[in-house]
Amino acid sequence: MDTREKDIENLKDYKYGFTTDIENIKAPKGLNEDIIKFISNIKKEPKWMLDFRLKAYERLKLLKEPNWQKPKYPKIDYQDLYYYSAPKSMKNKPKSLDELDPKLLETYKKLGIPLQEQARLNGIAVDAVFDSVSVATTFKGELTKHGIIFCSMSEAIQKHPDLVKKYLGTVIPTTDHFFATLNSAVFTDGSFVYIPEGVKCPMELSTYFRINASETGQFERTLIVADKGSYVSYLEGCTAPMRDENQLHAANVELIALDDAEIKYSTVQNWYPGDENGKGGIYNFVTKRGLCKGKNSKISWTQVETGSAITWKYPSCILKGDNSIGEFYSIAITNNHQKADTGTKMIHLGKNTKSKIISKGISAGFSDMTYRGLVDINSKAKNSSNYTQCDSLLMGNKCGAHTVPYIKNKNFDSNIAHEATTSKISEEQLHYCQQRGLNPEEAVGLIVNGFCKEVLQQLPMEFAVEAQKLVGISLEGSVG
Amino acid sequence: MREQLQLDFDKIVKTSKFSNEEIQTKKNFLNNFIKKGFPNRKQEDWKFLDISQIIKKNISDLSYFVDYSKSNKIDPSTFVDGLEHNKIIFLNGRIEKIDFNHEDKSKIEISDETKKNILFDYDNSLIDLNSAFTDKVFKILVKKDYSLKKPLIIYHSTNDSIKSTNINLRLDFELGENSCLKLIDYFANNTSKNFINIFYNFNLKKDSILKNYKIDKFRNDNLTYSFNNVEQGNNSVSETFILSAGSDYLKNEINCNLNGEYSSAFINGVFSLNENQQHEIRTTVNHMVENTKSYQLIKSVLGKNSKSAYQGRIYVNSKAQKTDGYQLSKAILLDETSEFNAKPELEIYADDVKCSHGSASGSLDENSIFYLMSRGLNYQQSKQLLINGFLLDVVEKITDLEIKNLIKNIIGLKE
Repeated sequence: MDTREKDIENLKDYKYGFTTDIENIKAPKGLNEDIIKFISNIKKEPKWMLDFRLKAYERLKLLKEPNWQKPKYPKIDYQDLYYYSAPKSMKNKPKSLDELDPKLLETYKKLGIPLQEQARLNGIAVDAVFDSVSVATTFKGELTKHGIIFCSMSEAIQKHPDLVKKYLGTVIPTTDHFFATLNSAVFTDGSFVYIPEGVKCPMELSTYFRINASETGQFERTLIVADKGSYVSYLEGCTAPMRDENQLHAANVELIALDDAEIKYSTVQNWYPGDENGKGGIYNFVTKRGLCKGKNSKISWTQVETGSAITWKYPSCILKGDNSIGEFYSIAITNNHQKADTGTKMIHLGKNTKSKIISKGISAGFSDMTYRGLVDINSKAKNSSNYTQCDSLLMGNKCGAHTVPYIKNKNFDSNIAHEATTSKISEEQLHYCQQRGLNPEEAVGLIVNGFCKEVLQQLPMEFAVEAQKLVGISLEGSVG
Repeated sequence: MREQLQLDFDKIVKTSKFSNEEIQTKKNFLNNFIKKGFPNRKQEDWKFLDISQIIKKNISDLSYFVDYSKSNKIDPSTFVDGLEHNKIIFLNGRIEKIDFNHEDKSKIEISDETKKNILFDYDNSLIDLNSAFTDKVFKILVKKDYSLKKPLIIYHSTNDSIKSTNINLRLDFELGENSCLKLIDYFANNTSKNFINIFYNFNLKKDSILKNYKIDKFRNDNLTYSFNNVEQGNNSVSETFILSAGSDYLKNEINCNLNGEYSSAFINGVFSLNENQQHEIRTTVNHMVENTKSYQLIKSVLGKNSKSAYQGRIYVNSKAQKTDGYQLSKAILLDETSEFNAKPELEIYADDVKCSHGSASGSLDENSIFYLMSRGLNYQQSKQLLINGFLLDVVEKITDLEIKNLIKNIIGLKE
């Protein structure tokens, strides 16, 4: 058996579908002011944080759930969810990994994310988020030497309140859309990154999200601030156990790049997609937004979306600083009954701003995929340009692929170019590969990887290998 | 608004000779419209052109009353010269004349369809408005195997006897097997602030050909909405060309259902706008069966304070394998106040298809201007030459030679 086959064997059924049997502390079900106070209290938050949450909650009461998206889903009962769930052993936060519950360590080992630093060869600092709390952050010492702050959100609120206060909610305000505001009210944990002026982060930073408890929603919040002239590359990975019910994941991610700073944010999203009949799976309704605040700043999003029953997200860039650059590279794969409505928004406000969108969508089985994007060049954004390319690949005639770009050009000095194609894998290509000794599945894998190459290239090394495998595996059984 | 609608409706019923049955149908449409109201920007299809706001701001008190009992004087000086043609004259909201002088009368049948309901599903309140207030609805049937010898020109004109009025026109066309119709819509309005609402329904049988050219060239400050619904049978061809330049506000909507195999639809459009004009083209092409083809090309040249929008949608049913769908929109922005919006949409449920769309917008290429100027043209001339070349590309797609030359003359494009 060669390695590819082994991988497939391993992953044929969703490999990350196990549950960790662990004692949890849960907040009572439901969404109300008391729950918000409970969350705030258990995390020993200062008053300004509680006010922030309550303000969002007040606003939330006025908002309606949006329903313009393509994939429709049964109504979520927001009162029937647990908004806080944490392993009991985390109540008094362990001071080092040695004190961490071995069950948790075991879980992450199973997921292929060893938390012991010596086990890591490639030097990626990890913040592991388990249900509602961050359980461990590695390589802290090394990072502190450079003045980099990389810790859980709760810790940041305690230890760096000035920074959090200054930046939290500046890109995604509490007055945003329904899911973002819900997150602002009840977010539990997440990662906080601050890169000081002129520092180039020496290693990849990464967060690993894991939903374990049932009937919980995961609401994490990530804030990354890159100060003047700094650089950081950040990775995000996600998995969840197999369950029949649908679980909600509504995270907020805020990125802020000041003058000359660069943030590279990569996601490999592999939440449980539901079984082949479309039962269960995660609803991934995430708000991701980056602000290029300073001159010459750059934000780059790369995403590989293979999991979730429904993916509904638009990582966006607000190009406010002059000469700033926004990039979006995406591969979205849907199979069986998965649905995705994803894309990006590029809002050009500053002069000489540039953006680039490369989106590759692959749909197979009974799935449905939509690319929805906005390119808006403001009248003040002189000499800006955008290039968009979105290609879709269809496998079989039970699936759908849709492209819905919105293009708004209000500036005569600026250029927008948009291209989109939809097609299937041509018989000639398949024939050619098979003639040279590949079986049909290998042939499809090869062609699909070629189709996705432009995006895969953007991923950091270790992720790219994993993503490439994931692409092949997600399409298992869709050929023939 | 509600009372005004009801009042004007009663007035029309009193002055005209509709049968009871017809009045009842019209009443239903009126009630539908009152329920829905004018479309506004909250509706996705009206995002870029908010009719409700435009009427409020520019026309304010819209009147719906048209006296269908009195005829209007036709002014022959507005007729197109140098091209023999059949005429339908639509003047001040009333069809004054239907004239097929150049044709074999036994091959064309005109019937009254006023009391008939609309046969397709729509979610568009302006169709309700149209059906409630329009005069007689005529159906023009071109019989099997007959090709009209000369084009049919529909003159849309208004004179100064009406102001701030809503006028409606509805015509149904049926093209029998292997027939051909060339139809030109010629807008010559010299009045202001009217809301003109046009609704055409085409039914194309096997092997038939429809060519529709819409020419709105002369400046006027009316608000015009035109909706074409085209149903296509096997091997039929529809070609639509839109010149969108004259009215202050204009929205052209084409809904094309390719129901028969090997049918094809071509939609080409040109926007040439200036000074506070706001125009839009919205197309929906539904590929319902195998081996169908659609092609769309839309180009805009946008001057000061003008806005154009293109919403194009290609839908491919899961049965419609081997579909070819193509969409391209390009815009040149000439001024810092001009704006271009596009929403080219693909909705695809079949895998063996070739669908693509492209959209590009930007300013005139300075290098090309430099090239022309270095060869002795002045700045204005170079600019004009580039713009003409840009637009000519679309006009060249017109398949009828005579009409192509006519349109070139009207636009003032010379090769």
